[in-house]
Amino acid sequence: MFDLLQEMFSYPFMLRAFLVGTPIALCASLLGVSLVLKRYAMIGDGLSHVGFGALALAAALNASPLTVSIPIVVVAAFLLLRLSENSKIKGDAAISLISTGSLAIGVMVISLSSGMNTDVSNYLFGSILSMSQNDVLISFGLSIIVIVIFVLFYNRIFAVTFDENFAKATGTNIRAFNMIIAFLTALVIVVGMRLMGALLITSLIVFPALTAMRLAKRFFTVTLNSALVSIICLWSGLILSYKYSTPTGASIVICNIMAFVIYSIIQKIRDTIIREK
Amino acid sequence: MSLITCKNLSFEYDGILAVKDINFSVPDGAYLCVVGENGTGKSTLLKGILRLKKPFQGDIIYNDELTADSIGYLPQQTPIQKDFPASVSEVVLSGCLNSLGLKPFFTRKERNRAKSNMEKLGILHIKNSCYRDLSGGQQQRVLLARALCATKKIIVLDEPAAGLDPIVTQELYEMIYHINNVHQITIVMVSHDIQAAIKYATHILHLQNTQLFFGTTEEYLESNIGEKFIGELNV
Repeated sequence: MFDLLQEMFSYPFMLRAFLVGTPIALCASLLGVSLVLKRYAMIGDGLSHVGFGALALAAALNASPLTVSIPIVVVAAFLLLRLSENSKIKGDAAISLISTGSLAIGVMVISLSSGMNTDVSNYLFGSILSMSQNDVLISFGLSIIVIVIFVLFYNRIFAVTFDENFAKATGTNIRAFNMIIAFLTALVIVVGMRLMGALLITSLIVFPALTAMRLAKRFFTVTLNSALVSIICLWSGLILSYKYSTPTGASIVICNIMAFVIYSIIQKIRDTIIREK
Repeated sequence: MSLITCKNLSFEYDGILAVKDINFSVPDGAYLCVVGENGTGKSTLLKGILRLKKPFQGDIIYNDELTADSIGYLPQQTPIQKDFPASVSEVVLSGCLNSLGLKPFFTRKERNRAKSNMEKLGILHIKNSCYRDLSGGQQQRVLLARALCATKKIIVLDEPAAGLDPIVTQELYEMIYHINNVHQITIVMVSHDIQAAIKYATHILHLQNTQLFFGTTEEYLESNIGEKFIGELNV
């Protein structure tokens, strides 16, 4: 095991994948708890598809991927949030509309500019080789911002997630909080997408939170568990992917599925023991 | 002294006038019950009072002491809360948020406040239990404790007894009465339980898309509308 790790880290791209992936996994899992509980998980999915379109556009324009995609995805995040808040429009249908629409635009842009090639596959399923030194810096900077905001606003995030109406009636600006959460989600998705792929990045947001909720009964322990599960699954996924040469994003998701199953089994056993008492 | 005064108030819902010509005031220390059948604008009015919905016309005048961060609120339960992983103390403590100001974290002062409110409502022994595992009556007590944390003056309740069995409902009403009577907290409650309303409330507001009656409970019992409404229910 130790030899394997040593060998793995001798490749700079593997080291970079760990350095980029760990903070992203941490941030995604923290935001995921709130997004899943607020029934906003679909927003993450929508954003990743918009991100795909934006990356394709950036490639066609020969621009830097992050400078093009960050503004586009942030704007899309605010738009999707509004759609979800507005009960007159069917939020889930509107999100599907935007996400499939951006996917189609992305594919068109790619096929017209460079033709369908391996780039498409990299965008959709992620590529460990696409991480640059710059990405390491950006993902570290981003994660520090997300973690500081999350810790400082932890109590308010809890209140807004648990009961929006109460928070609003007692004087909390819930609109601002929803926008902060959407903004941070957009950033996490853009940076994480190149490692995980547009189709799989949402799993980093959804899986750890749902896994943690199998066992933890307090918001605080759900948050801690979610962060822990997320990081462990990312590491095991990267190791798995290196050892068996499997695609990175998919390997990480497989680890998340296993964690979910393990937590669910423990939950079943615990519930049976409690019932028998 | 009245805490809230409504003048010629009306609310619109999807372009339709939901409720109009509302004129009443909530005296300090009162127990006001807003009664009327379903869909007659009770909840809409409540949202207006809580500043969650803008009035279409008219004014709501608040006493100077009554800013948005001094109103306690017990909303109807949402589907999100039914499977929400949070402990009782986390939920109750979140009611203290409006007294934090710009501070990011709770201090001993807020924790003690939450603790004393849990004690008042008899839920201190389950403070580490998970909210979603509690019975309906216990959940309402938790939300009531949270509302108490958010206010020293007034609590607004939206159908607090919805979905509770008769015994638990009775206990809850007694508890709300106690909060009003002993702790001197003004109560504004929307309810369609007219029997409980006339038993506990000091004032009644009867709505049917417009204001049919506002006054003390004694006046209501003697009024035509009151007699008619209670009579109908007794048949």
